[in-house]
Amino acid sequence: MDSATTAPARDGSWVRENIFLGMTSGEYLRSLWTPFNVVAAAILAVGVPLFLYRFYAGLGAVTNLSQTQPWGLWIGFDMMTGIALAAGGFTIGATVEIFGLEDYHPIERPAILTGFLGYMLAIIGLIADLGKPWNMVGIFSQNGTQSVLFEVAWCVCCYASVLSLEFAVPLFEWLGWERFYRPLKKILLALTVLSVMFSTMHQSALGSLFIIAPGRLHPLWYSESMFLFFFLSAVIAGISMVIVESAISHKIFASQFRGHHMDADALTVGLGKAGAVVMFAYFFLKLQGVVDNHAIEYIGKGFYGKWWFVEMLGFVLVPSLLYAWGARNRRADVVRIAGVLAVLGVVLNRVNISMVVFNWNQPVRYVPSWMEFAVSLALVTAGVLAFRWIVNRMPVFHELEESSHAGH
Amino acid sequence: MELGRRAFLKVGMAGTALAALPRSAEGVGGFEIPGEGERAVLVDTTVCVGCRGCEAACAEANGLPDPAPDADAYATQRKTSQNAFTVVNRVEKPSGEPRYVKRQCMHCVEPACASACPVRALDKEPTGPVAYHGDRCMGCRYCMVACPFGVPKYQYEKAIPLVRKCTFCATRQAEGKRPGCVSVCPSGALNFGLRGEMLEEARRRVFGNVGKYTQHIYGELEAGGTNWMYITDVPFEDLGFEVKVNDNSYPKLVKGALGVPPVVMTLWPPLLMGMYAFSHRKGEEKKGEEKEGGHHG
Repeated sequence: MDSATTAPARDGSWVRENIFLGMTSGEYLRSLWTPFNVVAAAILAVGVPLFLYRFYAGLGAVTNLSQTQPWGLWIGFDMMTGIALAAGGFTIGATVEIFGLEDYHPIERPAILTGFLGYMLAIIGLIADLGKPWNMVGIFSQNGTQSVLFEVAWCVCCYASVLSLEFAVPLFEWLGWERFYRPLKKILLALTVLSVMFSTMHQSALGSLFIIAPGRLHPLWYSESMFLFFFLSAVIAGISMVIVESAISHKIFASQFRGHHMDADALTVGLGKAGAVVMFAYFFLKLQGVVDNHAIEYIGKGFYGKWWFVEMLGFVLVPSLLYAWGARNRRADVVRIAGVLAVLGVVLNRVNISMVVFNWNQPVRYVPSWMEFAVSLALVTAGVLAFRWIVNRMPVFHELEESSHAGH
Repeated sequence: MELGRRAFLKVGMAGTALAALPRSAEGVGGFEIPGEGERAVLVDTTVCVGCRGCEAACAEANGLPDPAPDADAYATQRKTSQNAFTVVNRVEKPSGEPRYVKRQCMHCVEPACASACPVRALDKEPTGPVAYHGDRCMGCRYCMVACPFGVPKYQYEKAIPLVRKCTFCATRQAEGKRPGCVSVCPSGALNFGLRGEMLEEARRRVFGNVGKYTQHIYGELEAGGTNWMYITDVPFEDLGFEVKVNDNSYPKLVKGALGVPPVVMTLWPPLLMGMYAFSHRKGEEKKGEEKEGGHHG
């Protein structure tokens, strides 16, 4: 590293300013003593040892997985849901960089950061779930091209790399490595194109995974077009996550939004308009899927028939109508409620497909063990902590002003 | 086994049809037999005496624990497990006469599990067996999701687990031996040969003894055809067979979905760049107009 590229001197003051937020190490440690951090530490203190114990004792000792239920919470929630909720990265990236809607520029970096962290956590969850994770390298040498999982694995690798490069821009800005972030900023458009491409394939492939198992899924959820449903619902998740996340971020990280002329309500209403359109399309395509699968007779019949109503009406149709109403009447608060419902709806859809309606015709039901929940909770907590650590230090909510370094 | 007249006719016609048409597993008027030249087993449950010699031979050939004694084994309807690649179950006909059914991997002609495996740890061999290479397996368990018969089993109890299932004794077959179970069967319930021949034999028995056999050959069409086929004189459902299995090849189900990536990779970049150019130009025009407006004003 030559000195010209490292603007601030690499001495104690840089660490103090940028790692300890301007405090001495003692002050910093004392500032960590908050109720939130205590709870988070407790969750990690349970989850992380369990995560390690799983590699020592095997999946059977920690999970309730069985020979009929090969995939559980770690795939159904950590992987399926985590990846869907990480879709904000490519959705907003495309909105700003490709469609040129510059108004949304202020939320691009937080969305990319969420995507990046979401993927990292999904990968860690996947490592916990795989029997021999080191054999993942086989996807580069064995050409299992007939497998949907082969596509999924390649897309995870490629998109995680693209997200790392996109996230490297604020990271290098923070580190002051001008020589690296300037060229990266120039290729941001190319990175965005790649991120849309890999996300399209990856999000849809997660749905394709289940197409080979028609006997496993309830007919109301199974469809040979599942790849389309997963892609569309990922776009919904992306839009809705950005709405929810920016609402929360504005409350918690208010001090971060210095010098921004950002009309948060207008952005939210605009996103709601997009959300309404995509959700309407999704709702009717799902109905089409039910018709194609000759499954209409199952609607409303038995537990699954009613459960389908709950998902499709309560968490798809209702939020889409709320989005439309909120966008039309410029009611950001209504759009935010719709956003929360829509996010929950995508979570519900992924959990339904991978756990609830999976093996619907089997006598024995899968319920995750408390240890599976503990590990998943620890992963989510780690993600929140990492998000907070990063936005408190790196230029995420605000971009670096030329030649001056963002302190605090 | 000598080819019967019907088999000869069929092979001949299939050959002609094959020569005339591009190869299609949909079948050419029903004359093409998928996996015709692969090794297969025809199980005639009406002949099986339930000695469970096949279970013992399987345990020996695969280094598995000894099978349970008869009293325990016949007390329940068992499933194959990570420690027992084959199990023989006992059911009773209404007359009280016992029927025994040996279960193991069906060795599909087009196996869902092998197509689902991203690292080809499960791999279909051209001679018929769906073999397993544990050194490549990453333990993702997608094979278990994909298999319509619920065959692959997992060593959940191990820190470094493997997927376990019958491999049709692929290594023994490669040495010119018969699979362990077949080699010890004393009753003639397990008939080992080429799939085309076994299917012919099954049809001869089933359709030649209309009163005796259930008019169905399980495995002829199930999952696009399997290399283990069953004939019996009780309903297949009673024997514990999955009767809701599709008659089409499972790997073909994802053909449409696997067609997405090439389309996306070809179309997305130019499409997105086009949108970029469009939105960019619109932005420029706007700026230009503003500038002009400024001049006038």
